[in-house]
Order: sequence, then C-alpha cells, then structure tokens
Amino acid sequence: MIVENRTWTGELREAVSDLTPGVALCVVFLITMFFVAMFAPWIAPYNEAAILTNESFSPPNAEMWLGSDYLGRDVLSRLIYGVRVTLSLSLIITLLSFFSGVGLGFLAAAFGGRTDMWMSRINDAMLSFPSLMLALIVINSLGSSFVVLVFTLAFIDMTRVFRVARALAVNIMVMDYVEAAVVRGEGKGWIVWHEVLPNTLTPLAAEFGIRFTYAILFISALSFLGLGVQPPQSDLGVMVKENMQALLYGEYTTLYPAFGIAFIAISMNVFVDWLLQRSNAKLPDEI
Amino acid sequence: MSEPLLKVRNLDVSVYDKKGKPFKIVDGISFDVQPGEVIALIGESGSGKTTISLGCMGYTRPGCHITNGTVDLGGTQVLDQSLPKLQELRGKDITYVAQSAAASFNGAMTIDAQVTEIPVITGAMSREDALAKAARLYNDLELPDPDNIGKRYPHQVSGGQLQRLMAAMAMISGPRLLILDEPTTALDVTTQIEVLASFKKLIKDNDTAAIYVTHDLSLVAQVADHILVLKDGQMVEYGTTDQIISDPQHDYTKALMAAAHLMPDEIHAPPITTTEETPLLQVKNVTAGYGAKQEIIALRDIDLTIHAGETVGVIGESGSGKTTLGRLISGLMGAKNGSVHLNGQQLAQSVGQRSRDELRQIQFAFQMADVALNPRQKLNKILSRPMMFYRGLSQSEATKEVARLLERVDLPTEFAWRFPPELSGGQRQRVNLARALAAEPKLIICDEITSALDTIVAQQILDLLEDLQDELGLSYMFITHDIATVSKISEQIAVMRHGRIVAQGSVDQVLTPPCHDYTQLLLNSVPEMRTDWLDEAVVERRKLVAALDGN
Repeated sequence: MIVENRTWTGELREAVSDLTPGVALCVVFLITMFFVAMFAPWIAPYNEAAILTNESFSPPNAEMWLGSDYLGRDVLSRLIYGVRVTLSLSLIITLLSFFSGVGLGFLAAAFGGRTDMWMSRINDAMLSFPSLMLALIVINSLGSSFVVLVFTLAFIDMTRVFRVARALAVNIMVMDYVEAAVVRGEGKGWIVWHEVLPNTLTPLAAEFGIRFTYAILFISALSFLGLGVQPPQSDLGVMVKENMQALLYGEYTTLYPAFGIAFIAISMNVFVDWLLQRSNAKLPDEI
Repeated sequence: MSEPLLKVRNLDVSVYDKKGKPFKIVDGISFDVQPGEVIALIGESGSGKTTISLGCMGYTRPGCHITNGTVDLGGTQVLDQSLPKLQELRGKDITYVAQSAAASFNGAMTIDAQVTEIPVITGAMSREDALAKAARLYNDLELPDPDNIGKRYPHQVSGGQLQRLMAAMAMISGPRLLILDEPTTALDVTTQIEVLASFKKLIKDNDTAAIYVTHDLSLVAQVADHILVLKDGQMVEYGTTDQIISDPQHDYTKALMAAAHLMPDEIHAPPITTTEETPLLQVKNVTAGYGAKQEIIALRDIDLTIHAGETVGVIGESGSGKTTLGRLISGLMGAKNGSVHLNGQQLAQSVGQRSRDELRQIQFAFQMADVALNPRQKLNKILSRPMMFYRGLSQSEATKEVARLLERVDLPTEFAWRFPPELSGGQRQRVNLARALAAEPKLIICDEITSALDTIVAQQILDLLEDLQDELGLSYMFITHDIATVSKISEQIAVMRHGRIVAQGSVDQVLTPPCHDYTQLLLNSVPEMRTDWLDEAVVERRKLVAALDGN
C-alpha cells in the first residue's frame, strides 16, 4: 500500500472533507463561541455591568437585541461576557486536570506494581466522594474565588483523568515495542514520552473534549447554586439563576444562557463522537 | 464420476475504494467438490482463500461484495437465497471451522451446550438426540473420555482437543459441506497431526464435502484430493494432489513447494569450532520462574553456550520455556539460580544493572513485527534511536546510517519516512531485524521471527539472516517450534520440553537417530510431501507419546 507523505495541512483538509453537515454545524458553533469568548470586549455592544434602563425583563428591541435583565442590563452583552468566563474557567480547569491526571496516570502505569497499586487505590478513594458534594464542602469552607474554584474542580476532574490515562497507558506498556525499548535500556521517562504518549493522543484528545464539557456543566451548576462565580462577575450559570423570575413574567431572559450551556455541551459531544469514530480509537472500558 | 455437490463458477469478489471504483480481490474462480472429497485452497495471506471459502456460504466480510458468479450446492443457488434462508443453510448444510477454536468458544458454557446449540435451537434435533450424536462424534474424533468431555468447560481441555470439539460442533447437524479455515495453524506441531488425522477420518466416514483453507502445502498433501493454488485472488494451478506435488507446472507452485516446511534430505555436520576461545555467551545452570518468589518454575538447570558467528537453534512447543530463556538472557527477567556470562564476564540479572555496551551486544528480535514496532514512529526514528542510544551518533549521522541499514535488509531507502502500518508483514519483519542490527550487536535473539509469515516470505527472511551472518559475523539464538527450519540454519541445537533441555549438541548429533524420544516426536511431526505419510505418522506418534509418558 502506498501512502503519500502525510502533512499537517493535508490531514486537516481531509478531516474537513469528512465532516457531515450536522457535525460541521457544531464545529462552526464552537468556533464562533471561542471567538466570542476571546474578543468579548470588542464584540459586546455595552458594558456588562452598565444599567441601561429601569425596566426589568424588557422584551428585545432595537437597542437591546435580547432585552434587559432583572437589573435592566443588556442581556446580549452579559451573555457574551458570560460565555467568556464560562469557557475560560472550564478551559483552565480542564488543562490543569489533564496535566496532573495524565502525568500521574502515566507514572502509575510506567512504574506498575506497588506504586501503581497505591496511587490507584488513593485515587479510587477520591472518586468515591460525590463530586458535587466535595465541591460544595471545599468551596463553603474556603470561600468562593476564581482560584479556589479552579483548583477544586481541577482536582476533582484530575481523579477521572487519572483513571483513563492510566488505563490507556497500561495497555500500551505491555506492547512488544515497549518491551523492545526496555531491553534497549531506555529509562521510564523516554518510554512514556516517545512510546506511550504518541499512541494515546487521540483517545486523550477525545477525553479532553468530554472533560471540558463536564467542566462547563459543573461550573454552571455551582454558579446556579450560588457557589460558583460571584457577582459582579457572572457566567452563564449565574445568569440562569439571576433571571429565573423572568419566566414568571412570561419573558425568556433566563433561557438564553441556559440554551447557551446546552448548545455548547451538545456541540462538544457531537464533535468528540465524530472524532472518536473517525480515528476508530476507543476509550478503555473502565472509566 | 457422480454429480459434484458444490459447483463454484466464475466467482468474483470486489472491494470498492473511496471513489467507488471496484477492485477484484477474487477473480473468476471456478471449482467442483464431490461428496466425501476435500479440496484445498492454498496461497499466502491476501490471496483470497478465506474470501472464497466464505463466499461459498454466501457471506462476505464487511466492505466486500460478490460481483459475479454462482455457487451451486446440490441444486440450491446459494448466492440467490434470502438472508433467513441463508442462515438456515449455514447452520445445517454448510458449516465452518475457524482458525482459533479458543476464540470461538464461550468460556462460560459447557462444551456440550455449545456443540448441541444450533440443532437444538433450530428444532432439528431434541436435546437428547443431539447429546447422543455429540458423544458419538467425540468418539469418532478420538477425544479422551468421550462420554464426559462434553460436561467440561472450554478452559478444561487442551487446544488440540478444542479444535476437534469445534469440528464436532460443525459436524453435528450433518452438513453436506464443511469449510475448514487453517484449522491446525494455531496448534503445536506434535498435536497438529492428530487433529489432521481425525478431521480426515470424519470427512471420509460421513461422506461430507470439504474445503480446506491453508498456506502450508505439505499439510494439504495429507488431506486433500484436489488442490487449488491461489495468488492475488486468481487461480494459479488446479489439479489432483498427486499432480500438484509431483509435477507442479507453475513457477509460483514450485516456489511454494521449495519453501514448504520439510526436513532437508541430509543434515550436514557443522564445521568444528575451536573450543579454547571464550564463548560469546554462556548460560550456566540457570533455574528461573514466574511469580513473586519465582515459585512457578519455567526453566530448570539450563546450560547453553553460544560461540561467535554461530547459530544455536532452541526448539520446543508452547510452554516449553524457550521464550523465557530468551527473555532471561536479554535481562527482561532474573534467574533464581545460575548465571549468564558474556565474553566470560558475568552479566547482571536485570536490564537496569547492565552497562550500555553489554546491552548493545545482545539484541532481541520479537516474533510479531506488527506489535514490536511502534505504529506512531517513523522507521527513521525506530532505527536511528538504537544508534544514538548505544553509539552516541547525532540525529543527522544516524539518519544517513538508517539509509545504509535499510539497503542492507533489502528495503528502499525512502521507507525511512514511513510508519510501520504502511509496510507489509515481511517488510516489517525486516525492519524488526534492522532495529536489532542498528545496535551493531554480537548476538541477536530471534524469537519465532518467521512463524507469523507466509512460507515464501519466511524463506526470504532466513536467507537474509544467513547473508548478514556471513557479512557481519553475527551469532543467532534462533527460538522456534519448527524443527525443519532450525535444522537448515543452525550449527547447534537445544531441544526444550517442560523447562528443561532434553537434547543438546551439534545439529547432526541431535537430529540423527537414535535420538531422544521427544526429538523423535518432533521430527515425526514434520509433514513429508507424500500422501500416505499421515497414517504412518499417527501410528508412530502414539508409540512415542506412550514412551515419553512412561518416563
């Protein structure tokens, strides 16, 4: 079989041509959301905190495309800033949990034996706490701030990532090519970096997408409960909570952020499913 | 001649590429099978032999399509049947024995339940009748304790027995056509002939027509009445077994004959090596095992010496400890007692305690090149790493040397920028060897490196090994279950059984009668290219097994 030299751009072009319309829609939506998050101050028509009218829950009009919220602020502007906060917090949390979880998971798999046993059992103990309850206790006792939020959620996520990364790496560690490297006299670090990591990148990338979605949902849930992002800052979860009464007056204000959360989560899931199916990579059974 | 049971005419099977262009993987195949007769489909992997046999059941693997031709089974047009009709046909009239019985049995059900499942489910037989028939089949297949073996679970019987039980499963509904797809390839050589003999008897006794799929011409000579030689989906030669093996017409058939696993007519005594110089490698009185305290003994009192420039064959069946010995020498596991010496210096037990130079001198070539090469590393990286690691070359120096190395193992230099999955099996095995060579070793431990390859490709790899030995003065420890191969390439031989070396010495000493009973059993299991060999071999085998068990 003759395969042309694979280049980065070539692979990207091929991937784009493989997109189905539904997946393409989700990808476009996600890219738009990230674009909005990055350039929020330039895109948002008003300052997110500016009170523009005395009227609560005013219906959409020419000045305020999505109307006003309970304090008379522009819903569209707050939505744009909310997406920025939600996505950036989730991204930081997921990145942190991945660096620590994958690192520790690979370490456990590479050393095996007693090291692996202890690391895995401690991790199992952590996993046995319901994540929401753990988050509530920690945040309640330390007080909510961005730093506390990020580190608590990253820690909780790390335990999940650890399991997946370890399970993936354990499967690779028993392959003959790893044994070949061991006979050669390679160190653990080299083996993990050059033999294990390249073979786990695709499933880990997919896992990253799934974890990212969970982080969005988790942080939104906490904000909704009043323990996440604190006013005057706001994210999508805070907006759902603030504007709940709108439903009593027959206005949709609270639904915009709610749909925002839902669409981002769904799009991410569809994209990840497509990615997994395309590469035929499977996540290990025990997650 | 009576009317043939199976008539296959102009069978084409195609796959479609991304642009929808068809590509024929089976091209215009026609053959007949009479009741009670066996036709062998023979060819290397990718020749379409399994695809044809599946096509006879009206089945294609996902992505393949039967694009032309007819399959007539006793008046029924198999390819025109609807799916429910086909399913009925497949369980009842056509049955299939797969290569790996271990993978085809459900470990959680008794053997009886699985053997009788199809006729009971389809209502063809009552459970009692089916069980009685099964017991008769166990008896015909010469399984031990035929009345009770069915009550066991699959893990409680041996691999050879399981393969025969699978034949019982296939025969229970009294099929008119039996398809055997490499049914003995996964078995040990000494078990293989028993299984082969019982298949042969079963087919003759029941007047069943059979299609036998294999890559091994010497095996086929024992069971088949007709042989169809395939290459790239096309028929190369078709004739009776006697015709094909005594007077092959086509060059490809001749090449297959030449590469068959046969014992050489004469075993030449190796040149006598001077024993005064220090041997390259010495294994002294080693005992080793698995488990936390090495309580499961895999090697007992092993002594082995390898001189520079010499090939030592280590033969044994699965579980004999031959691979464990290779792993021990390379430092992947430690010994309980005894020691390993390189150039007279004692080696540390584990890889981590050995010096880089000691590691460099002993390289290990793995059996399965497809899992021994990282699929995400280009060949350039795979091959340059040992050069950089052991010899301190820079990446650019190593890249230049990779080109030379690829030439040395007869691969194009531009392969350096390919990934292993883009290579064929034989090419990957060459890369596997090249990686060992990249370290400039003194000794390469070859663990069954030809057993997963087609016979012709395996022969090419063996030729390459000999060329390299002549050029570089390498030593090989050649681990294999194939006594025919080893007798051609080794100077010294060690025969292993149950973790012990039972016979050892120069190749002519070990293999010329009178030899150890177990060596004799292995020799007796190598098929000879004549049609009456099997019956004699089975008789001889029983005597030898009885003698071995007596000891």
